[in-house]
Parts: sequence; C-alpha cells; structure tokens
Amino acid sequence: MLRVIKGLNLMIDIGLGHYLTLGAIIFTIGIVGIFLNRKNIIVILMSIELILLAVNINLVAFSIFLNDISGQIFTLFILTVAAAEAAIGLAIIVVYYRNSSTIRVEDINSLKG
Amino acid sequence: MEIALLFLPLIAAITSGFFGNYIGDRNSEIITSVFVSISAFLSLILFYQVIVNHYENNVVVATWINSGTLNVNWSIKIDALSSVMLVVVTLVSSLVHIYSIGYMSHDPHKPRFMAYLSLFTFSMLTLVTSDNFLQLFFGWEGVGLCSYFLIGFWFKKDSANAAAIKAFVVNRVGDFGFALGIFLIFYLFGTVNYSEVFQQIPQIIDKELLFLGIHIKAIDLICILLFIGAMGKSAQIFLHTWLPDAMEGPTPVSALIHAATMVTAGVFLVVRCSPIFEYSPLTLNIITVVGMTTAFFAATVALVQTDIKKIIAYSTCSQLGYMFFAVGVGAYNVAMFHLFTHAFFKALLFLGSGSVIHSFKDEQNINQMGAVYKKLPYTWILMIIGTLALTGFPFLSGFYSKDAIIEFAYLRGNTAGYYAAGVGVLTALLTSIYSWRLIFKTFHGTYNNEKMKIEEMHESPIVMLLPLIILAIGAIFAGFLFKDLFTGHGDENHFWGESIKFLNPLSTEHPPLWIILITPILVLLSIPISYYLFVKNKEIPNQFVQINKPLYNFLVNKWYFDELYDIMFIKSFKKMGLFFWKIVDIKIIDKFGPDGLSLLIKKLSLKASKFQSGFIYQYAFMILIGFSALLTFLILQ
Repeated sequence: MLRVIKGLNLMIDIGLGHYLTLGAIIFTIGIVGIFLNRKNIIVILMSIELILLAVNINLVAFSIFLNDISGQIFTLFILTVAAAEAAIGLAIIVVYYRNSSTIRVEDINSLKG
Repeated sequence: MEIALLFLPLIAAITSGFFGNYIGDRNSEIITSVFVSISAFLSLILFYQVIVNHYENNVVVATWINSGTLNVNWSIKIDALSSVMLVVVTLVSSLVHIYSIGYMSHDPHKPRFMAYLSLFTFSMLTLVTSDNFLQLFFGWEGVGLCSYFLIGFWFKKDSANAAAIKAFVVNRVGDFGFALGIFLIFYLFGTVNYSEVFQQIPQIIDKELLFLGIHIKAIDLICILLFIGAMGKSAQIFLHTWLPDAMEGPTPVSALIHAATMVTAGVFLVVRCSPIFEYSPLTLNIITVVGMTTAFFAATVALVQTDIKKIIAYSTCSQLGYMFFAVGVGAYNVAMFHLFTHAFFKALLFLGSGSVIHSFKDEQNINQMGAVYKKLPYTWILMIIGTLALTGFPFLSGFYSKDAIIEFAYLRGNTAGYYAAGVGVLTALLTSIYSWRLIFKTFHGTYNNEKMKIEEMHESPIVMLLPLIILAIGAIFAGFLFKDLFTGHGDENHFWGESIKFLNPLSTEHPPLWIILITPILVLLSIPISYYLFVKNKEIPNQFVQINKPLYNFLVNKWYFDELYDIMFIKSFKKMGLFFWKIVDIKIIDKFGPDGLSLLIKKLSLKASKFQSGFIYQYAFMILIGFSALLTFLILQ
C-alpha cells in the first residue's frame, strides 16, 4: 500500500522540472557525443538528432504546462525537418565515403586554411 | 615680344625633351637652336630699344601667390639691367646651342642635351627678368637644377655624378643663406617685390636684430645672407670648390653655365639689390675682400693646373672675383660691364678649348698637347683672341672692363679699395701668365701626345667654328663699343636709369696715369716672359718647382680646400650619418618600431592559426564553449 502510495506520489510528483531535466540530459548527451566521439561521423549525425529530440521534449513539456497547442505543432514540424535533415546528412556521408573512402572523424580534417 | 622671348626656350625644351625620340636628333637640334636664336634676336631688339628709348616694361604673365600680404607675380621686368643680362644669356646660349650640334655629334643622347640647355636658358631668363625675390629664387634653383643635370650629363662616369652632386650640395649652402635672406626681407617688409622693398629700405637703416645671439643691423644681415647666396652661385672662395669639378660636364655646358651665365647670377643678384647693398658699407667691404681673395686665389691655382678646362674654370672663378670687388667698391655698372665682356671672351675660350679637346679626341691634359697651331689654325687664332681679351690686352674688351675695375677700386679711396686695386693688378699679371701658359703649352712647343699622331689632327667643323667667330667679334669689340654706355659718367648718360642705385655718385676724377698704365704694361711684358718660360726654356719653371716644392704642392692641391672640407665636414658628417643609420635607425627605431611590430604580429598569427585544426568536433566544441560563455555572461548581467 505504502508502495502504491509512494508510487502514486511519484507519479503525481512528475512535473515540468522533470521533463526539463530529461531534455537537458539528452541535450548534454548529444553535445558530448559530438565532440567526444572520435570514430564515426554517423554518430555525430545521431547526436544532432538527440539534440533535436531534447528540444522537442522541452517544447512538448512547455506546451502541456502552458496549455498552448502551438508547441506541439512545432514539434511535429521539427520532426519532419529532422527526418529530412537526417536523409540529407546520410546522403552527404555516402557521397563523402565514395570520394575519400573513409568516414572516420579523425581522418576528416581538411576544413582549415 | 617679352613673352615670346621668355617662353620660346621653354617650348623648345619641352619639345626636345619629351618628344625628342619622335622628332629625331637632327630636328630637336634645329628646333632648340632656332628657338633660342629667335629669343636672342628679340633680346637684341629689346637691348637696342632700352639703349635708344630707355624702354622699360613689366609684363605680368600670371599671379603666382596671392595669400594675405604675400603677393607674387610671374612677371617679365625689362629695364637696363635685365636687358643686358638678356643679351648675354640668350646670345651665348644660342651660340652654344649651335656649337653643341658639332661638339655632341658622337653622343647618343642629343635631344636630352639640347632640352637641358634650353631649359637652362629659360630658367636663367626667369631669373634675370623677375620683379620679385621669389621668382628670382625660382630661376636661381632652376639654373642650379639644370647645372646638376648637365654636369652629370655623362651619367655613366662616376666622376661626373660626383661632381654634379658636389655642385648641387655646395650650392645648397649658398641657397640656404639666400632663402634666409628672402625670409628676413619678407619678415621686415611684408613683401618680396623689388620696388616695394627698395622703397622701404631707408626706413629700416637703424633697425637692429638679434641673430644667433649677436646684435646686428637688419640691413647688414639681409645683405650678408643675400651675398652668401651669391657666393655659392658665383663660386666665391669657401664655396668655390664645385666649379672646377663641374668641368666634368660637356664643354659647351662649361661655356654656357660655368663661364658666361649661371655663375654670374650672383653678381647680377648683388647689382639688382644695389638699393639694399648701398646702405650696408660693412657688407660692401666684405664683398670686396671676398672678391679680391677669390680673384687672387683662383689665379694662383690656375698657374699650376694641367687640365685645360680646369685652368679656364679657375680663370672664371678669378674673373668673378673681379666682378665682386667691383661691386664691393660700389662700381656696379663696371661689374656689369665686366660681366658682359667676360661672357664673350670666356665663352670663346671655353668653346675654343672644347674645339681643341674635340680634335685631340677627349684629351684634356695640356702636357699631352703642343705644336698643333698649324693643324688647328682657326682655333689657334680664336683662342689667342680670347686670351688677349681676357688678359686685358690694350683695346680688346677685357682691357676696358678689367682696368675700369682696378681704377674704380683705386678711386674708392679707402684701405680696402687700395688693397683691392693692388691685388687686382697682381692678379691681372697672374691671369696673363697662366693664360699664355695655356696657349703655349697647347699650341706650341713639341707635340707630346702618344695616343694619336699629329697627322690625324683636323680642324673642327664649321658649325663649331662659327659660334667661335661670333664670340671673337664680341670679345674684340664689346669693350670698345659699350664702354661709354656702361661706365660713362656725366649727366648725358642715363643708361642704367633706376635699375642701379648709387648712394654716393661714383667718383668722376681720373686716376693717376701710372695706375692706368701699369696693368697693360705688365700684361704686355708677360707675353714674352711666358713664351720664354714655357716654350724656349722650360727648365726655369721646372727648377722653380723643384726649389719651392711645398708652395707648388699647395697650389696644385688648390690651397687644400677640398682636403680641409673633407676633414671638417665630410668625414664628421659621414660618421654622424653612419651612426644615425646603423645604430639609431636600424638598431633602435626599426628594431622596436616597424620590424618589431611586424615580427610580433607574425608570431601571434602563427600561434592563432594552430587553433584551426580542421577537426569538426573541435570546431563544434569551440562554438559551444563560446556560446555558453556568451550566455553565461548575458544571464549574469
């Protein structure tokens, strides 16, 4: 009973702060994924997706909390854009692989003067 | 007419200088010679009008500066004084132009040479026709510049370049004094126009100035500064060292610039400013002493030189000394008279020596010549005429002008005057000896040149002889014809009009007979003496040299002036210059200034470029760090 109550209490306690914390954690994972990753450029792409998802969680959380539907509509837009962006990003990676036969992040350093 | 007179040489210079390559050598020679000859013809007409009608005019060509109280015009002032100078300048210049056609026939840069000559003529004309000190200064610098160009005309010769720079730098010393004089005039009078300055002169006679810690009368200071300018241009002692070196230029240049016209600009300046100088007896005495010393010094040096042109150059220096001491004793008109006659016979001598040099294929040492009078008969006769005129042989032009100078110096009646007259007579004797030495060594005696056979000698072409003949006519008759006009006194003679001011009218008494006779007698006696010394019995001068070796060395080394200046100025200035260059500039200013800064920036940018690794994840990290830093900053605010 106590457990149930405790569990209920937990359920009830989930509020805006928790959602924002989740978003922040996912955002941080995405960011750290970008610059700690030394292996694969696809991981960078995935990290970017994570960042976008973190933003989406924030938007949805605020939308519910403020009773404003436009946040959720924006999330839908962002999801479509993220899908398109992932497609383009993967296409670029494929082309890049064809040209230089590697997608290892450590080998890609031609972006300098 | 005045405008045409002045600007024809300029047009000729521009045409020949900028378009010489298009119109060809021959055409540029013809254009410059014809234009300058027209100019000479016009100035003869003007001179005639000035003599007969007392023609005076001041043509304002344009306003140059109009700023506050400083009003300066480009103008052509025609009066007795400038008309005499116009005749001298344009006549000698046109003859030299024609002569150059022959003399420079083997030179590859004829149009440039002719352009410089014409440009020089133009500058000299602006100098003599100016009605203010500023235009005078313009012409003054213009002739200096052309002199530099022409001395260094054979720019492949190092000695010519060095001589050109020397002439320019030594003249700069004089010009500095001259410029200061003009500043002082503007400071005192608020104007630089002659007529206004000369009017106000009597008002400031007693004014005193503090200059370099010395109380000095303003008028004395002006005159001394102007005279320093004149000394530089006219190669008076202390500032004379450039003139002998200037003989590195082509001979026509020496005849035109360094004998007849430019070097007389100093005399002209002093005569033009006679209304100022008349009020400064101190300066007049300085001028007398300087002129006299120069005359004597140059004559002694000329005695032992072996370069035909350098002998004549020192002779020029000496004659300029005569002109200055004529000015110093107040006989401005006599100085102008000597300037006028000197232009003829000295140009004749220079062009004649040019003809000799041309025939000897650029040999200038008189010890390498001799016995060629039969081969060069016309040059020989013409040179003798020039020499006779220079030495003051009776009834030739030098006789009238030089003797007049000595007489006026004597009549001045003060110590400086007597002294000047004595030195004048002595110098006249020396002049005669070195001139005849030149003639005898060049044309008589034995043939000494090993480089070419005497049979190869040939007389110069007619285009070179014709100007010589015209100058010879001038050298013979100029003195006789113009004696009364220039130096005549009495009420019936008003030739000079307002252009020369005499505070005290010149003495009209006649000097004692012995002073009139002594110079011609000495001059006449010196001819056989020279002949005996330099042709018949050469042992006597040689023995004399052996006995008086120190004296001989003293003279050969030109009184050690060059060496003295070398020690006094050149070495110390070179050391100072090297110090400022090597230590101050390179090691201090450059090291911490431009060089140091650029090195610092280079190092920093090398460091900065290391940030740019090319790894995307580093860039992303950088962006995030930057973004969060910015955000933190904004939030904390």
